[in-house]
Amino acid sequence: MKKFTVLTGIAAPLRMMNIDTDIIIPKQFLKTIKRTGLGIHAFNDIRYNEDGSEKPDFILNKPAYRTAEILITGENFGCGSSREHAPWAILDFGIRCVIATSFADIFYNNSFKNGILPIVLPPEAVEQLMTESENNPALPLTIDLEKQTVTRGNQCSFSFDIDPFRKHCLLNGLDDIGLTEQNKTHIKNFEDHDRQKRSWLYRTGE
Amino acid sequence: MINTPRTLFQKIWDDHVVHRGEDGTCLIYIDRHLVHEVTSPQAFEGLRLAGRQVRRRDATLAVADHNVPTSDRSRGIDDEESRLQVQTLSDNCRAFGITLFDMNDKRQGIVHIIGPEQGFTQPGMTIVCGDSHTSTHGAFGALAFGIGTSEVEHVLATQTLIQKPAKSMRISVNGTLPPGVTAKDMILHIIGVIGTAGGTGYVIEYAGDAVRALSMEGRMTMCNMSIEAGARAGMVAPDDTTFAYIKGRPMAPQGSEFDQAVAYWRTLVSDDGATYDKDVVLAANDITPTVTWGTTPEDVLPITGYVPSSSDFLDINKRASVERMLDYMGLTPGTKLTDIPIDKVFIGSCTNGRIEDLRAVAHIAKGKKVATGVYAMVVPGSGLVKAQAEAEGIAQILKDAGFDWREPGCSMCLAMNADKLKPGERCAATSNRNFEGRQGRGGRTHLMSPAMAAAAAITGKLTDVRDVL
Ligand code: SF4
Repeated sequence: MKKFTVLTGIAAPLRMMNIDTDIIIPKQFLKTIKRTGLGIHAFNDIRYNEDGSEKPDFILNKPAYRTAEILITGENFGCGSSREHAPWAILDFGIRCVIATSFADIFYNNSFKNGILPIVLPPEAVEQLMTESENNPALPLTIDLEKQTVTRGNQCSFSFDIDPFRKHCLLNGLDDIGLTEQNKTHIKNFEDHDRQKRSWLYRTGE
Repeated sequence: MINTPRTLFQKIWDDHVVHRGEDGTCLIYIDRHLVHEVTSPQAFEGLRLAGRQVRRRDATLAVADHNVPTSDRSRGIDDEESRLQVQTLSDNCRAFGITLFDMNDKRQGIVHIIGPEQGFTQPGMTIVCGDSHTSTHGAFGALAFGIGTSEVEHVLATQTLIQKPAKSMRISVNGTLPPGVTAKDMILHIIGVIGTAGGTGYVIEYAGDAVRALSMEGRMTMCNMSIEAGARAGMVAPDDTTFAYIKGRPMAPQGSEFDQAVAYWRTLVSDDGATYDKDVVLAANDITPTVTWGTTPEDVLPITGYVPSSSDFLDINKRASVERMLDYMGLTPGTKLTDIPIDKVFIGSCTNGRIEDLRAVAHIAKGKKVATGVYAMVVPGSGLVKAQAEAEGIAQILKDAGFDWREPGCSMCLAMNADKLKPGERCAATSNRNFEGRQGRGGRTHLMSPAMAAAAAITGKLTDVRDVL
């Protein structure tokens, strides 16, 4: 997994709430057996017309935001299915950080596993960042994970909360499975003990 | 030592902690893992690249459901990408030694239907699947939740997950449900009350006599849609209804082991005095047959209601989204819900594709005809549900009424296979999501109970099932 330390980039304001995973990546693109290549399909239905041409009004189609690495959006971002294709798609598009007032649990979780930083800020802060990036798209936003801050020029700075374990993994690009394997003995001990207590869980009749 | 009273969730959690980190992050053991074709290929590929094996093959069960055609399967799958994905699942299961119900197995069906049906799902378990509706299995008093593909790989390799305990919410529905009101109406009503983000960060325990009185099918319908309320999991404490359902199923404990299991399962109730982070109390009496009118599952109304207008809402952001929803749904404020004509009916999905659901549909449809111009499809949740419905004569009743009787799978719940709505088509659906484009680009979905969907099929418009009972 790619490390996340400091990110300075263009922020795109996506003024919608409840952006669900069907909007982020519609199901016809879930048939892939790969993790990559989904970027061109991100936000497909709100980004392209039926004939494949771009919808000029969609924020990421506007010249100023085409290279955005940060997305600012409304509440409950990523609700819906568990598809990890959603973070894969926005990552493949080039987004490394999403700022919202709230996230759906599974999307939030999945983001970390892919080196995307989801940041929750209070509504006023999100509104301010959203308005400013609408008014002055060229001024980049800087996300400093170590310091837990979001800054925009010298105009404003907000600090955000993050779980220390997740922060540690993201800063160091750590792979969860590798970490868990260090606990192998614990897992073995758990199984040995549990087998005594709930023997029926250790055979399935097949 | 004084034992502090614990909730059902806490008991299951405590029984599965393998290791607790200083900051409260836990490594928890996973008892059962369900796998399907859409969210697993990248996980198996990850294992292969790292040279890892599946730790508990006996605790893992795979099925192809999302992409499979619901028409004649003897020719295989036409769509090339779907075929490759289904094929990849069987290749991976063979390579890693996992039991698979393939497309032609009579036990094949929607992953959340076959788990309970086989007795693979049991009380007190931790159950995961790369699918958000894994919450369904919570109906058995299990802690069951959806995970992403990276976590699928993590579970395959280690049989554990890194988690922090969720907050707890109890939703009690007291009293008796009025006639014509079902588990589906109850959960739609709940989502309307707490909102699609109301459960975020929580595990919901459903309680109260209206919940206790439900069959396992009804409890599964409720727990299934916990995710639509934002919760990762929903659960109902196990009781005699639960044990009776499990007994004798192929993968359930047998003989004396079953009795031992029941003894343990009986301990899985919230203790008196256990506290929840949030408590919601509702009256069963207040619930009516419910439908959605918008494009999120919280936009519900009693079937006796009228299409709202944006000015009915206080929140400015919500107003904007109501405008957008009305436009997408092609609805005019003030229209009586029962005056809204429909084009299609979809009966099925992991929410309402079980035998009891099909019985409810047959009960309404018996001796009647699907309205002219309406296409109504019934997709049983599994091959075994299909066979049972055929044996009970339900299939015949439905066919006689003009319903299209299909092969099992996810079908038009998410329209990944050939079953989908065309732009502008309006559908009465028993599934769980009414998002824009969910059932096909531009398609308009109204969620409701199986009986309500059957009534809509007969009259050709949204209908109060109590008028046709
Ligand atoms: S029936 Fe629908 S919700 Fe259920 S698993 Fe299939 S696609 Fe998902």
